[in-house]
Amino acid sequence: MLAKRIIPCLDIDKGRVVKGVNFLNLRDAGDPVDNAMFYDKEHADEIVLLDITATSDSRDIHFDMVTSVANSIYTPFTVGGGIRTIKDMKLNIQAGADKVSINSAAIKNPDLITDGARRFGSQAIVVAIDAKRNDKGSFDVYVKGGRENTGIDAIEWAKQAEQRGAGEILLTSMDKDGTKSGYDIELCSKISTQVSIPVIASGGVGGPEDIYNGFVNGKVDACLAASIFHFREYSIKQVKEYLKEKDIPVRL
Amino acid sequence: MIRIINYKRGNLNNVLKAFLNFGFEAEIIDSPDKVSDSYGLVLPGVGAFGDAIKTMNKTGFSRAVKEYIASGKPFLGICLGLQLLFEQSSEFGEHTGLGIFKGKVKKFTVKQNKIPHMGWNQANIKKQSAYLKGIDDNTFFYFVHSYYIEPEDKDIILTTTKYGNEFASSIQSGNVIATQFHIEKSQENGLKIIKNFGEACVNNSSN
Repeated sequence: MLAKRIIPCLDIDKGRVVKGVNFLNLRDAGDPVDNAMFYDKEHADEIVLLDITATSDSRDIHFDMVTSVANSIYTPFTVGGGIRTIKDMKLNIQAGADKVSINSAAIKNPDLITDGARRFGSQAIVVAIDAKRNDKGSFDVYVKGGRENTGIDAIEWAKQAEQRGAGEILLTSMDKDGTKSGYDIELCSKISTQVSIPVIASGGVGGPEDIYNGFVNGKVDACLAASIFHFREYSIKQVKEYLKEKDIPVRL
Repeated sequence: MIRIINYKRGNLNNVLKAFLNFGFEAEIIDSPDKVSDSYGLVLPGVGAFGDAIKTMNKTGFSRAVKEYIASGKPFLGICLGLQLLFEQSSEFGEHTGLGIFKGKVKKFTVKQNKIPHMGWNQANIKKQSAYLKGIDDNTFFYFVHSYYIEPEDKDIILTTTKYGNEFASSIQSGNVIATQFHIEKSQENGLKIIKNFGEACVNNSSN
């Protein structure tokens, strides 16, 4: 049986892993390679590296990091942050990333999804969606790290991303991110049941029960978490054992 | 030397470094010149079937692989490298494969399942094989694919995996082994198969 995936996310700034709440009070948390190797040994099902600086002057550091991580683990990993062109995708995949995640650039130029899927295969193209509730009870897509509302409906955008060839949706709730009050279950289930590609839930995990809820009520295929793993509040094994006890198929 | 075929689609370093870490002699090759001179050959794979077979035909790899397999030396196919061994695939149009084995490559159609089949799933062992030394029944491996093989000869099926229906997730016939799952991305259990294959290559070459 296909296991539900548990995915730790590493936020990277200038080649170092950083930890912070809502991207505030960023603290150095070590080397990306050490962290990735730690999660590889812990049986993370995949790893996401999110480069939150991703400015042009840190590109060399970025690719060195991707290459070093690829050479150190035998776990599939996704690279996101600052990927705007087919060339960016190509360089990351050549450096060893299994998948690339695109966000603002896909909104700006939706053909990037199609072109990327044609070139590297749908399985390599993750479309990241940052969504926030509006006062009409639906969800808007935000870009530029959550600073700009596009006014685009998140469900419609997810469907379009699928049609254009995305292999997966990485869905972050802006309302829940950093709150530790659980994923936005309504957002997760609405999108997961409307697309036939896998959906990864992100934003709001405080403990294993939130992940359980994401799978059962949010109906997602994978759950991403950052702080609960970084701060060693829970190990991946603890989360998986909790889920297994509740009959969620996981790989221990 | 174990040689890994590069048809310029993905990063093959994971496969290469796995062999090197175990102390095997291995390298990535861009042209078929050295194929016949190898004692182990690996055909990895990402991307689309049609595109891959076209590149393989154009570069001469198709012919070299067929001749190599006919020689009886150990061969390992991974993911698309498994699918390419069959006669035909319907991925983005009809394409003719290498035809080493009879059978077709088909798309998953089960409605309630998401496509691609992506993540860790279990391999149910159907027959004993030295290539599966150290692997327990129902071990999890990492999969990413939308198409699966349907071999005519069921005796070649090494493991099956359930995703909606049960499909052949690896095959073995003589010294040819091929897996739908990514052994280079399956942590310690994937590495065991890479090691088993490497040992088979070395043993075979010294006989």
